[in-house]
Amino acid sequence: MTGPLLEAEHLSKRFGGVEAVRDVSFAVYPGECVVLAGDNGAGKSTVIKMLSGVHEPTAGTARFEGKEITGEPPSAVRDAGIETIYQDLALADNLDVGLNLYLGREKTRAIFGIPFVDRKGMRADATKVLERLGIVVPNPALPVHNLSGGQRQAIAIARAIHWKARLVIMDEPTAALGVPEQREVMALIERLKADGVGIILISHNLPDIFAAADRIIVLARGRVAGERRPSETNDEEIVRLMMGG
Amino acid sequence: MTVSHDFSAPRGDSAGKRLLKALLNGWSWLFLALILAFFEIYAQHNVGTTFIFRAYNIQSIGVATAQILLLALGLTLVVVAGHIDLSIGFTTGLAAVAMALVIRAIDPAVGGLAALFIGMLAGIFAAILVGLVNGWLVASLNVPSFIGTLGTYGVARGMALIVAGGATVSIRSEEARFLGNGDIYGMEMPILIAIVLVIGCHYLLAHTKFGVHTYAIGANRASAERAGINVKRHLVILFVLSAVTAGIGGLIYTGRFSAGAANAGEPILLYAVAAVFIGGASLTGGQGTVIGTVIGAIIIAVIQFGLVFSGLPPYWQFVAVGLVIIVAVLVDQSRDKLTGHLS
Repeated sequence: MTGPLLEAEHLSKRFGGVEAVRDVSFAVYPGECVVLAGDNGAGKSTVIKMLSGVHEPTAGTARFEGKEITGEPPSAVRDAGIETIYQDLALADNLDVGLNLYLGREKTRAIFGIPFVDRKGMRADATKVLERLGIVVPNPALPVHNLSGGQRQAIAIARAIHWKARLVIMDEPTAALGVPEQREVMALIERLKADGVGIILISHNLPDIFAAADRIIVLARGRVAGERRPSETNDEEIVRLMMGG
Repeated sequence: MTVSHDFSAPRGDSAGKRLLKALLNGWSWLFLALILAFFEIYAQHNVGTTFIFRAYNIQSIGVATAQILLLALGLTLVVVAGHIDLSIGFTTGLAAVAMALVIRAIDPAVGGLAALFIGMLAGIFAAILVGLVNGWLVASLNVPSFIGTLGTYGVARGMALIVAGGATVSIRSEEARFLGNGDIYGMEMPILIAIVLVIGCHYLLAHTKFGVHTYAIGANRASAERAGINVKRHLVILFVLSAVTAGIGGLIYTGRFSAGAANAGEPILLYAVAAVFIGGASLTGGQGTVIGTVIGAIIIAVIQFGLVFSGLPPYWQFVAVGLVIIVAVLVDQSRDKLTGHLS
């Protein structure tokens, strides 16, 4: 196996007097799905926010492909190849599929030297990427608030694929979805893994954890309570670790 | 020109519902046609003349529209981003007074054209200051824009009155007169300036990355931030743009009346806010277009002029514009319900 994509070492984060995360270390390899499991308030979201650049760690470092990314702003982390898909989806509801795919990196084309946002071009690209994922958006010109939860999640994942992310961080990607849509998202995760993309998945849903994980890292009260491979553990042990027992 | 509300019906809607949606989206155009028809019929019957097809009427409506638009254009950008700028009423006055004072002070020394130019710069500079403060309050200190800009509304008003000594600052400048009253090939300067600004703002909002980011911020600030958009800087720029268009309104006022007055923009503030919301913007942000605002401004100008034209007491215009604002908000709400957009 090649070297790790991402190495998090001794990450800690304080918010005032509260220590949300303490001394969390782990690594993610290409094509591997690491699940961060834990109860609400265990520090999962804080960990990924430190990796994606939203929070600066109080202590510790994060390296991506050998380069330190600690304290870089979200845009720099994303440009480095880490795409983060947030629980609340991070889509702009009033914009169409194309603009959401390109948000912050819009394509333009010049007419008489004056740049115009290329809505049609971005829409066409988005339709293509989504088709490759087996998702048909009935009318790509509509704002995305018209789409189902699964389709919206797919757009967020399509963003990662389109921008050739090598590490994708997903925060509870199936939380707001119905059962068939959950399955679609799990299938998308398998596709990403097959392409050699590393994945960090946040979840407290045990079936999801066991379906997707190559390794499970359990957080409890801001610390790593244990690290297991799915084949070496079971529901009960994971729950026990999540409860901090 | 089309208003791109982007709310065409998703598949599976009944024809009736689709028609209703189309009506709700295009209601401002429909409403404009209706009031024009109303005043035309009124004029034909009671005055025995035409309302729409008289150059003088069209020009008067055009100038009134331009005055409203100078405050409403920048405001549209701010509202699309999910904020509001109430300070523009007195930013206009501050810019008008600043320009008049500077021209009065330096005109004989530097010559008319140079004085006009430096006076305009001073007016715009005063406006930019207000915009920067608004942006700083809203973007960096997270003050709700309604309250923050209400505060700068008061400050700008006070400053304008203080520097003007509580009086109107009259000037004698042919060059400034031209700015407010002149015409180029029969097109009055205020209308010409408004058209240039409409084109600029429309391009900015509908065709640039900056515009797309403005909509994204209005819909979901967090998503915009995560997408790498510098939201704070963006908001500051929006408030400065809003102040600058309002300030240009002040420059034209000073030119038009050969005097700068602190309350130059005050009576137009309500109309500007109304034009933006009649034009399809929503208080929750993420919606609205420059073309919509233009239609909104024309509607108000037609009501204003039409009521005067038909000999009704001019105070009815406040009643009429107030009612139209309420209708605009009701239409906005029912449209949101129909499109299933919960904001």
